[in-house]
Amino acid sequence: MNVVFDLISWICLLTGGAVIITGAAGIIRFPDFFTRLHAASVIDTLGCMLIVLGLIFQAGLSIVSIKLVLIVFFILFTTPTAAHALAKAALHGQLKPVLTGSGEQTSKSS
Amino acid sequence: MIAVLVAMSLVLCRAILGPTIYDRILAMNVFGTTTVLFIAVFGFLTGRPEFLDIAIVYALISFILTIAILKFFEYGDMGRGAADRDELDI
Repeated sequence: MNVVFDLISWICLLTGGAVIITGAAGIIRFPDFFTRLHAASVIDTLGCMLIVLGLIFQAGLSIVSIKLVLIVFFILFTTPTAAHALAKAALHGQLKPVLTGSGEQTSKSS
Repeated sequence: MIAVLVAMSLVLCRAILGPTIYDRILAMNVFGTTTVLFIAVFGFLTGRPEFLDIAIVYALISFILTIAILKFFEYGDMGRGAADRDELDI
């Protein structure tokens, strides 16, 4: 049973690390602010959830895992709120998304 | 842990060379999240799970920091260009 929990924990941790590196590469490589926001949301939800789930399987059922669940709940509530506020502020700041076929890039700071 | 460190450095690159101010705020937000993860993983690796309290506090403070900076920049824009904000159709 312990070996099974360890295996699940390491699978979750490695997948979470891969997702986080993928999201960070997306933040570097994507051409537009709004696509970068999408890549950042991948880090904030999926990567964070996978890594903390791996740590929960590592910790077992104790006060530590309750704290980890608390961290996951905080991050799951706060980071979509922050992403929404960020996209709204960017639209209010006259930052247009780059659409396909529109030719030049129209993303500029207000 | 190495993955989280690599992600933190990549996000920091975006924060340094981001073209607009929103890219920098976004990178700072993601940097806060990865810092929370890094604190949690570091606490587990060194065998001291008390670091999770610091991670919880850091998550809350990072969220409040992002919202506060966004409010500041939105109101700064409103203060400067309130006249041409009316014909903005979004």
